[in-house]
Amino acid sequence: MLTIKDLRVDVEGKEILKGIDLEVNAGEVHAIMGPNGSGKSTLAHVLAGRPGYEVVSGEVTLDGEDLLDKAPEERACDGVFLAFQYPVEVPGVNNTYFLKTALNAIRKSRGQEELDAMDFLQLAREKAKFVNMDEGLLKRSVNEGFSGGEKKRNEIFQMAVLEPRLAILDETDSGLDIDALRIVSEGVNALRREDRAIIVVTHYQRLLNYIVPDFVHVLSGGRIVKSGDRGLALELEEQGYGWIDKVASA
Amino acid sequence: MSAVMPMDNHYADSFTAVRGSLPGAGLPWLDDLRAAAMDRYATIGLPTTRQEEWKYTNVRAIAKHSFQPSLAFCTGLVEDDLGDALMGDLEAHRFTFLNGRYSPQLSRPGKLPEGVEICSISSALQDMPEVLEPLLAKQADGSANGFAALNLAFFTDGAFVRLEEDARLERPIQLVYLTTAHGDPETHNLRNLIVAGAGSKATIIEHYLSIGGPVYLNNVVTEAVLSANADLEHYKLQQESLKGYHVSTLQALQARDSRLVSHSASVGASLARHDINSVLDAEGAQCSLNGLYITGGRQHVDFHTRVDHKKPEGVSREYYKGVLSGKSRAVFNGKVHVHQDAQKTDAEQSNRNLLLSRDAEVDTKPELEIYADDVKCSHGATIGQLDENSVFYLRSRGIPQPVARGMLTYGFAHDIVERMGLEPVRHLIENILVSKLPHVDPSGIGQ
Repeated sequence: MLTIKDLRVDVEGKEILKGIDLEVNAGEVHAIMGPNGSGKSTLAHVLAGRPGYEVVSGEVTLDGEDLLDKAPEERACDGVFLAFQYPVEVPGVNNTYFLKTALNAIRKSRGQEELDAMDFLQLAREKAKFVNMDEGLLKRSVNEGFSGGEKKRNEIFQMAVLEPRLAILDETDSGLDIDALRIVSEGVNALRREDRAIIVVTHYQRLLNYIVPDFVHVLSGGRIVKSGDRGLALELEEQGYGWIDKVASA
Repeated sequence: MSAVMPMDNHYADSFTAVRGSLPGAGLPWLDDLRAAAMDRYATIGLPTTRQEEWKYTNVRAIAKHSFQPSLAFCTGLVEDDLGDALMGDLEAHRFTFLNGRYSPQLSRPGKLPEGVEICSISSALQDMPEVLEPLLAKQADGSANGFAALNLAFFTDGAFVRLEEDARLERPIQLVYLTTAHGDPETHNLRNLIVAGAGSKATIIEHYLSIGGPVYLNNVVTEAVLSANADLEHYKLQQESLKGYHVSTLQALQARDSRLVSHSASVGASLARHDINSVLDAEGAQCSLNGLYITGGRQHVDFHTRVDHKKPEGVSREYYKGVLSGKSRAVFNGKVHVHQDAQKTDAEQSNRNLLLSRDAEVDTKPELEIYADDVKCSHGATIGQLDENSVFYLRSRGIPQPVARGMLTYGFAHDIVERMGLEPVRHLIENILVSKLPHVDPSGIGQ
């Protein structure tokens, strides 16, 4: 589904990603782990099309189609979704309205009929229930005054409504206590599907106790230095990231 | 400034021609007030950018016109011509002024409760001049600048609102000022007088609208006197033609524990200048001044506020926001003067501006003068663009860039709208806001 070949990315003139190769197939969950500054968040944002990143070389395709030339909204219409580490507050704009606008933009791009307010509300209520989000948050301004846990849950709720083919979760565990982590993870697990791939970007192994990955990649210094199964994450937790540097330089 | 000179003759000639037919002509005290104001104008002329208060607002465009005082009363308009502008869902005591004159046809005063009097200034001058004499031009005496002087010399009408002690008005008073410009450039000088007795309560909306294109000048002065514990919520909606000029002053005097809330929305006119001044003249007086300006093209808007804290324990709050696009320009000058006696003053001021284009420009200046030592005063001013991270967030959800920008702009401005307590007014302003954001679907955005 997603193919990344020799991706090199500069941010403000500094090379952050130094040649990433990754193949993600439908139905798979990949975890990308790495210490701070390893480039894992950069990778997540480059895939979603955040401005300000310069792709120096390499290619990224989604189902064979070039992704890097597309605007963020076009990528969203193609089925890419990024759950933000720090979801943005949009005061004054109703959460339901925001998501209806998003879903209808995506539906329109696919030649599907747009949903009216009533149909959307029904869908939103179902999905909120599905990811265990308080319905009250639907009526509030986007993320405004939400707790850390509510913001993350709102991200997963958006994912449930937009039904992406490729979901990228950027440090979704950061700032969550164990209960919130469990609830958010349950939401993500409920959204695992045969035709959907998920990339989980995280610093800590603990999220992977809840969202069990098929593959684990360790990013260090802008490169994937080691790939393996879930066991790699556990080993990493035991040994720490210092171990990876040793393995990588060996 | 030499450009002002021909104007002096022009208005002096006009004054000579019309003074006998102005409302209240023949009342010695009023004749004197008008004549003194005309003299004052002859001395000071229109303001120039050399004056600090007008540094960023050049009125040369106004000065170059020979505006004629409007005397003709235009009839023939019916309510349907005004469409949604009258805010059909607003249940209010409506008084409409057409080209500077009270229009009974377009008014719906309704039944006024005991202790409340609302009529046109012109009829009040006819029916109860002795009531007006001690009140009129006491807060705004025409000395502030040339516009104020011209207003006092030439005013043709406006609303007179008097609330007796403890009179409480359930429905708002809707004052509609409609300009149907036609032919030669005209000036309409409107003067409102609001007298709120002790413990009284009212909501007053001043709504300035226009139909038609030609150039005109609306020159407005509103005086408000709030007695102890009076509660006045004042709306000023300026939605005039982009060829019009609008210059206005709200001058309030507040007694002990009185409360003034002023909401302004300024979206129309080629040049709009709003002076909003309140004197907190006794202990515990409170005022909140809120405002939103939205400009585009080559529009120019200027808000000058001044709060005088004269006595202890006064509270003032100011929240102003601006959204600018095109080559438009905005000025905000917020003066807070805390006098020596005004201990325990609590003053807060904020002015935030969103620039949507490279060529838009804002000059914002908080001005705090504090002569008491135990006070809490804060101010903040910002000028910025939309946050790119927020734009990316919306786009990453599939929302096209122009829509994302529109939604964030709406979000920026909405909290000022939200402060407006009257729902029909809020809707009107929200609709205006959304109409300036062509990519945004208005239904349900802010619910």
